[in-house]
Amino acid sequence: MEEKKTAWERLQIIHTKGRPTIRDYIPLIFTDFYEMHGDRLCGDDKAIIGGIARLDNRPVTIIAEVKGRDLNENKACNFAMPHPEGYRKALRLAKQAEKFHRPVICFIDTPGAFCGVAAEERGQGEAIAKNIAEFMTLRTPVISIVLGEGGSGGALALGVCDELAMLENAEYSILSPQGFASILWKDASRAEEASGVMRITAEDMVQLGVAETIIEEPLGGAHNDLDKISENIKEYLSHKIPEKCQIDIDVLLKERYTKFRKIGAFIE
Amino acid sequence: MFEDFFDVVKKRFNGSDDDYKPPMFKCPRCQDTSPLSRYEELHRVCPKCNYHGRLSARERISITVDKESFKEFDKDMKSLNPIDFPDYEIKQEELREATELNDAVVTGTATIKGSPVVIGIMDSRYMMGSMGSVVGEKIARAFEYATENCLPVVMFTASGGARMQEGIVSLMQMAKTSGAVKLHSDAGGLYITVMTDPTTGGVTASFASLGDIIIAEPKVLIGFAGRRVIEGTIRQRLPEDFQLAEFMHDKGFVDMIVERRKMRSVLSHLLKLHGYDKKEA
Repeated sequence: MEEKKTAWERLQIIHTKGRPTIRDYIPLIFTDFYEMHGDRLCGDDKAIIGGIARLDNRPVTIIAEVKGRDLNENKACNFAMPHPEGYRKALRLAKQAEKFHRPVICFIDTPGAFCGVAAEERGQGEAIAKNIAEFMTLRTPVISIVLGEGGSGGALALGVCDELAMLENAEYSILSPQGFASILWKDASRAEEASGVMRITAEDMVQLGVAETIIEEPLGGAHNDLDKISENIKEYLSHKIPEKCQIDIDVLLKERYTKFRKIGAFIE
Repeated sequence: MFEDFFDVVKKRFNGSDDDYKPPMFKCPRCQDTSPLSRYEELHRVCPKCNYHGRLSARERISITVDKESFKEFDKDMKSLNPIDFPDYEIKQEELREATELNDAVVTGTATIKGSPVVIGIMDSRYMMGSMGSVVGEKIARAFEYATENCLPVVMFTASGGARMQEGIVSLMQMAKTSGAVKLHSDAGGLYITVMTDPTTGGVTASFASLGDIIIAEPKVLIGFAGRRVIEGTIRQRLPEDFQLAEFMHDKGFVDMIVERRKMRSVLSHLLKLHGYDKKEA
């Protein structure tokens, strides 16, 4: 890995135009991808895609927050900010995976759940809460990977898993550094300073017990070598998925609960 | 300020102030005034417009559970500073002194008209009821205790959401609490959420929204995103009733709206309807 970059430098990398999105990765990591649509309740959210594919010949379910590669794509996918129906589609596909004994792979890449009138009216909070609770006891292995932005509850809704991996420059946070600075210091312009105190980098996540693995990016960031970063992600999954599939599901669920149960810092 | 105070003392001492009036409560909703003693008698409900003011956790316990039935869990648990956020310890020490709480939730066992429950009450005076390590841990333990002992859970929520000063560790408390709720639910336990003012952010997006039955006090704020954030996104003013309990009730996310004076009796009926009446806590 290259010399350690600051959280702020990494944020610039993940916001670089041309940073690969899930649509770039799928054909390089999986085969036979069939996309599925809709939550069967209200609609089909374009900020989350999902479907069935093969990983090294093994059927898997993919659920992913999807960023656009240009303004038009971003408008179509709402800049990867899901509405409740996106989370409900994700849960439907996860339940389908459980039924057919397929492992689930979630790709996280969102600034956060969408903040809007329709999202509130259709229960954004309830949709996220339900995903978190249901994924905790989903009887099939779940691996989540943060590709770029892991924005708050909108990320956690796809982040309750047996193991979380972070791309080297990816971040995971409670809210954006701008938001953090404006809430705590009443000054959004102190975003860079906020990014330094918030502990949002891949290394921070491993130290705090939130993530287990860091997937190395090519020099300068994932956009510099799509084949290489895809290979690195695939290598991780090809190793991790069979490993998790071998573990007795009741043991796996206990470990999943414990992974989150032990995060926190307090004295008695 | 001191001069005003001495004026009042002087007037009262000299007995010269015939116009002395009892302390008044000015309602932030209807702007009307009533004697403070009347407002307190109604447990902080405006006698004019039914505005439900915020209660401390201790006040809520005293009007909800049977006298002297409350046994507190984890009273001494205090947060550390997981991301070394500047001055977090100092801020907490100040609040501990001001509120006589160690963090934003109080949990324990109690009985409600004889029915045993595990109860949790959030207190918005402590860092806006935000959820950090201690709130997450105490709530998870409360649900685990309820699961082991086949008890129902009643949770009074009041929160601005995540505890910013604990960063990502705060976010993970959503998973910790929701996981514990799910295991309690899978074991057949009854969970009643009572949403009080305000129930927002990461608490709405975790254990608050997972109740088998969701009750709200009248007109309280319930939502995921903050009003100003949404107004900023859509560049429009939102209607006054947006995200109020009645709005969420209309949209199908709240089962019933219950006034404070009826809460204890409604909870008791619901507990008994689920067979929780003659067991020991």
